[in-house]
Amino acid sequence: MSAQNQLVADSQMTVYSSQKRTSARAAWVWRWMTIALLVIVAAAMLAPFLWLITSSLKSQMEIFQFPPKWLPSEFHWDNYTRALTAKPFGTYLKNTLTICVLNVIAVVFTSSFCAYGFARINFRGRDFWFGIVMATLFLPYAILIVPLFLMFTQLGWVDTLLPLTVPIFFGGGAFNIFLLRQFFRSIPEDLADAARIDGCSEFGIYWRIMMPLAKPALTTVAIFTFLAAWNDLLNPLIYLRSPENFTLAVGLSSFRSTLDVSWDLLLAASTATVLPVVVLFFLAQRYFIRGIVMTGLKG
Amino acid sequence: MAIKSNVNIPTANLFRRLTLSQRRTIIGYIFIMPFILGFIFWFLIPALVAFYLTFQKWNLISPPQYVGLANIQHLLEDPLLPKSLWATFVYTVLSVPLGLLLSFFLANLINTQIRGIAVFRTIYYLPTIVPAVANAILWAWMFNTEFGLINVFIRSLGGPKVAWLQNPQITIFAYVLLSLWGVGGSMIIFLAGLQGIPDIYYEAAEIDGAGRWYKLRHITLPLMSPIFFFNFVIGIINSFQVFTIGFLLTNGGPQNSTLFLVLYVYRTAFQNQNMGYAATLSWLLFFILVILSLIVFKYFGSRVYYENPGE
Repeated sequence: MSAQNQLVADSQMTVYSSQKRTSARAAWVWRWMTIALLVIVAAAMLAPFLWLITSSLKSQMEIFQFPPKWLPSEFHWDNYTRALTAKPFGTYLKNTLTICVLNVIAVVFTSSFCAYGFARINFRGRDFWFGIVMATLFLPYAILIVPLFLMFTQLGWVDTLLPLTVPIFFGGGAFNIFLLRQFFRSIPEDLADAARIDGCSEFGIYWRIMMPLAKPALTTVAIFTFLAAWNDLLNPLIYLRSPENFTLAVGLSSFRSTLDVSWDLLLAASTATVLPVVVLFFLAQRYFIRGIVMTGLKG
Repeated sequence: MAIKSNVNIPTANLFRRLTLSQRRTIIGYIFIMPFILGFIFWFLIPALVAFYLTFQKWNLISPPQYVGLANIQHLLEDPLLPKSLWATFVYTVLSVPLGLLLSFFLANLINTQIRGIAVFRTIYYLPTIVPAVANAILWAWMFNTEFGLINVFIRSLGGPKVAWLQNPQITIFAYVLLSLWGVGGSMIIFLAGLQGIPDIYYEAAEIDGAGRWYKLRHITLPLMSPIFFFNFVIGIINSFQVFTIGFLLTNGGPQNSTLFLVLYVYRTAFQNQNMGYAATLSWLLFFILVILSLIVFKYFGSRVYYENPGE
């Protein structure tokens, strides 16, 4: 190798390594910019929560103070006791939990049952019915509000928990069927075939093989169902009339429309309904995100 | 399976005399029967009832009365309907694209490999799980003209005092802002999609000297287009059905500037006791969504890139 060639090679080396150095620097800058952005967005997402919690501990006077302060000068824990005894929130909680638990049971058992049929049994008409499942997923629920109300009036179900629980036992909602079907399809067919050879019926395969394997997906579906039932306002608002049947959402909404209610109590009551779901969310956090990533939009 | 079909049990079991495919059909229908019954009871029959109601005048007290096309005619004369459609339309046109962009951006942000990233994912998703009523109270407080956090922030930057929930020209923007706080749902779906892209694609592009922008433009975006499409369709359907937050925050006001379509249906049915017209409005909502979906599928659906077109 001649000296000149060596020189060219050397200069190429230096160009290459300096490029490498600047790209390493760029990666470093990029990384810290990402972290800074992550923190800023997190602050924006959390600020309303913190504002809610600290405001709920202020006195009525301090809430309407300008400029507002983040922290209360004196912590008014009594806002909570006063807010939660102003209305029968215990009864509301009991009704809400009844609805939530029944909905979760309905979805876990009937959605998975239907989903198994759609995912693992090949029969004539299956694709047609699955098309209907997908169609109901995209059709607006709102168009059914009025006729469903009239039907439940005819059945005498208004002002009971029945309209909020019984319909869920019929398939548990198109979205849940869709999600669980995607999951069932990802389980190898060999497992089911082995069981068939051993004389296991389709129902046995569903119950003894698929259900235990589907626990993570079922947990995700169960949590979403629980949250949806806990948060629902429109349906309880339409069907529940007497205060002893109210759910937390309806109770809080009617508490809000009471004329003499003050902001300190309102914010305390709101915080009290937010906290249980936030706690549930943190406990079951991995099932939310991983559950969607796993079962979500594949296949 | 072949083994089982050959087993011949001498009992005159009707089920066993059927062919395998007939048996499978029966078993299949047993499995999906809950859905079929639910579809008939809570979907098909109500839809037919809604169709019947379109031609009736009914206040729930006196018996329904046939009025022909009067309800449909009323759609054209109703002064509140254009307001309601406009509010729903503006809300959708602003919140859906902005929400898509923000949720895609956030999904990329939380797809970084950093220790503690799970905490950020949890925080970004948190707003979507807040119960609607508490959410409404929280935001009524946030948007408070004098003491709300948003105006405090704007004024600290030297901005004006904004009457978020009182000024009919501005209120819809308060709703858009609020909807952006809750983009966590579509963000998670984007994240799931991003994590499904094999690393090899990026590595191969890097060897060819591709930069960040090039990789985003030529790998990430094409592979994510089905998910953009999914979130877009779901976003339109959801924003056309916005109810709870509108009912609680401004209840259609000020001056009916936020009378979203479902809120108008609710008000017509349960406050004005006009079941026939409420059903007619529901059908209008249905047709608008069908037409919108057809447009979306026709113009955007064909631009979506699918990796395995056979599936």
